Amino acid sequence: MKAVITVTGKDAMGIIAKVSNQCAVSGANIIDISQSVLKDYFAMIMLVDIDKLTINFTDFVDQMSALGKASGLVIQTMHEEIFQAMHTI
Amino acid sequence: MLNTADILETISMIREENLDIRTITMGISLLDCATDDENRLCDNIYDKITKTAEKLVVTGENIEKEYGIPIINKRVAVTPVSFVGGHVSPEGYIKVAKALDRAASTLGINFIGGFGALVHKGMTKKDENLLSIIPDALAETKMVCSSVNVATTKAGINMDAVAKMGEIIKRAAYLTRDEQSIGCAKFVVFANVPEDNPFMAGAFHGVGEGEAVISVGVSGPGVVASAIKRAGHCNFSELADIIKKQAFKITRVGQLVAHEAARRLDIPFGIVDLSLAPTPAIGDSVAHILENMGLEKCGAHGTTAALALLNDAVKKGGVMASSHVGGLSGAFIPVSEDAGMIDAVATGALSIEKLEAMTAVCSVGLDMIVIPGDTPEAVICGIIADEISIGVANTKTTAVRVIPAYGKKVGETVNFGGLLGWAPVIRLNENSPAEFISRGGRIPAPIHSLKN
Repeated sequence: MKAVITVTGKDAMGIIAKVSNQCAVSGANIIDISQSVLKDYFAMIMLVDIDKLTINFTDFVDQMSALGKASGLVIQTMHEEIFQAMHTI
Repeated sequence: MLNTADILETISMIREENLDIRTITMGISLLDCATDDENRLCDNIYDKITKTAEKLVVTGENIEKEYGIPIINKRVAVTPVSFVGGHVSPEGYIKVAKALDRAASTLGINFIGGFGALVHKGMTKKDENLLSIIPDALAETKMVCSSVNVATTKAGINMDAVAKMGEIIKRAAYLTRDEQSIGCAKFVVFANVPEDNPFMAGAFHGVGEGEAVISVGVSGPGVVASAIKRAGHCNFSELADIIKKQAFKITRVGQLVAHEAARRLDIPFGIVDLSLAPTPAIGDSVAHILENMGLEKCGAHGTTAALALLNDAVKKGGVMASSHVGGLSGAFIPVSEDAGMIDAVATGALSIEKLEAMTAVCSVGLDMIVIPGDTPEAVICGIIADEISIGVANTKTTAVRVIPAYGKKVGETVNFGGLLGWAPVIRLNENSPAEFISRGGRIPAPIHSLKN
C-alpha cells in the first residue's frame, strides 16, 4: 500500500530532510518525490510505501501533520486509494 | 500510476471546493425489538442500536483521517418505529423517542432517523398513536428525526394523513418556539419515500432491508460550481459533460468510503446516494452552480431548466461510479442550508412557487423553508398536497420540510445554526385551501401507476 504526502509552505532549509527523516523513523519507504519552489513557495509531493510502517497509519498521518505545524508547513498524508478511485476507471 | 495533476486536483477539491462525504449512515433493523412492554421495547432498541453501531463513529473518523476526506456526519437510521410499536401507548412512543435519543448520544452521532410511519394508503391504530405524539417527541429529544410517507404513485395520496401533517408541523413549531421552532427541521413529509436514504431528516431503514446496512451520501456542489466557472461560456452539451465528469469523481470517493466503512464494520454496503448536498458555507451552494451556468440569480426564469440539466448530469456521471445507487440521488435545494438560496429568497428572486417548480426536476422537495409563524394549518396542508402531487404524478420522491417559525413574519429571519443554517421567512399565498383539504379520504393513484 502507498500513501501520498503533500508538503506546502514557505521555503526554508532542510524541509526535505525533516520530512524524509520522519518517514524513515516511522518505516515509510520513499518511492518518488516531485518538488518545486515557486518564488518563495515550497511544494512537494511524495509517494511512500506504507507496508512496513512501524506505527498505525492514522498515527503516521497525525505525526506528519504535527511535523508540518511545528515547521510552519502544511503536511497532509492521504492513502493513495482516494486518488486511484477518483482518477482511474 | 498517479500523476501530479490528479493529486493536486483531488487536494484542491477537498481544501478549496469543500468536497466532503456528507454522511455515513448505518441502517439498523429494529424488527426483532418488537414487544408489548414499553420499557422492554426501549431497552431492546437502545441495546440493538448501541451494539450494532458501536464502532460507527470511530470507523468514520479513521477513514476520514486515512483518506484525507472530511466525513461530516455519522448517523443511524432505524426501521420506522410504528412497525415495532405493537400496542404501545402514545406516551410509550415518547419513551421510545427518548431511547433513540439516548442511543444517539451514547454513539456520538448527531442525528438518528426513523421515528415515523408509512401511511400512504391508510393508518393503523399504531400509526395514529405515533403520529399523535411526534411534535412532543421532537420537542423532548435533540437528535431524533421523524418522517412520514403520505403518498405513493401506486396508492395515491392519503389526504387524511396530509391533514394530520399540518397539525403536527404547527404543534412542533409551537412546542419548540423557544428554539426558533427547530422541531419542524427534524420532520419531513414524503411521497414515494426511498427506503435507503442516508440523508436526514428523512432517513430510515426500510422493512425490505437486511439486519444492518451502510449507505453513504456524497456532496460537492463547490466542485461542480468551480468546474463550470473554469469552463467559461461553453454550450449545453459541454456543460453537461463537465458536470458528469465531476459527479463521477465525487461519487467514486463516496463509493470508496462506503466500501471501506462496510468492510471495516463488517456490515453490508447498501447504496451511495448521488447527491449534491449544500451547506450554508460559501462555496458549497447548489444555487451558485445554477448562477455559474448563467442565471443572474437563482429563481430567475430559466432556473428550472438549469436545475433539470444539473440533476440529470449528476445522475449520469455518478451512476457508473458506484456499484449500487439509491436514496434520493440528485441535487438538493434546501433554502436555509444553501448560501445562494438564502440570498435568492432574501432578495426576492426566489419564491416558494418557483421552488415548487424546481422540485419537479430534482430530488427531495420543499426543504428547510421558513414560512410565517401564523400560517394556518390548512395552508401548510395545501403546500404539502401540492408538493406530494408532483411526486405522485411524476413517479418520483418529493418531500416537504417547512418551518412555520413561531412569532415570525415575512421579512424577519430565523437562524438555526450549524448545518441547518438560516433563512428569511418566505411569503406565501394566503388564500385558504381549507375546504379542499377537509374533504378527507384519498386522492386516487394516477393512471400511469397501472403498469402491470
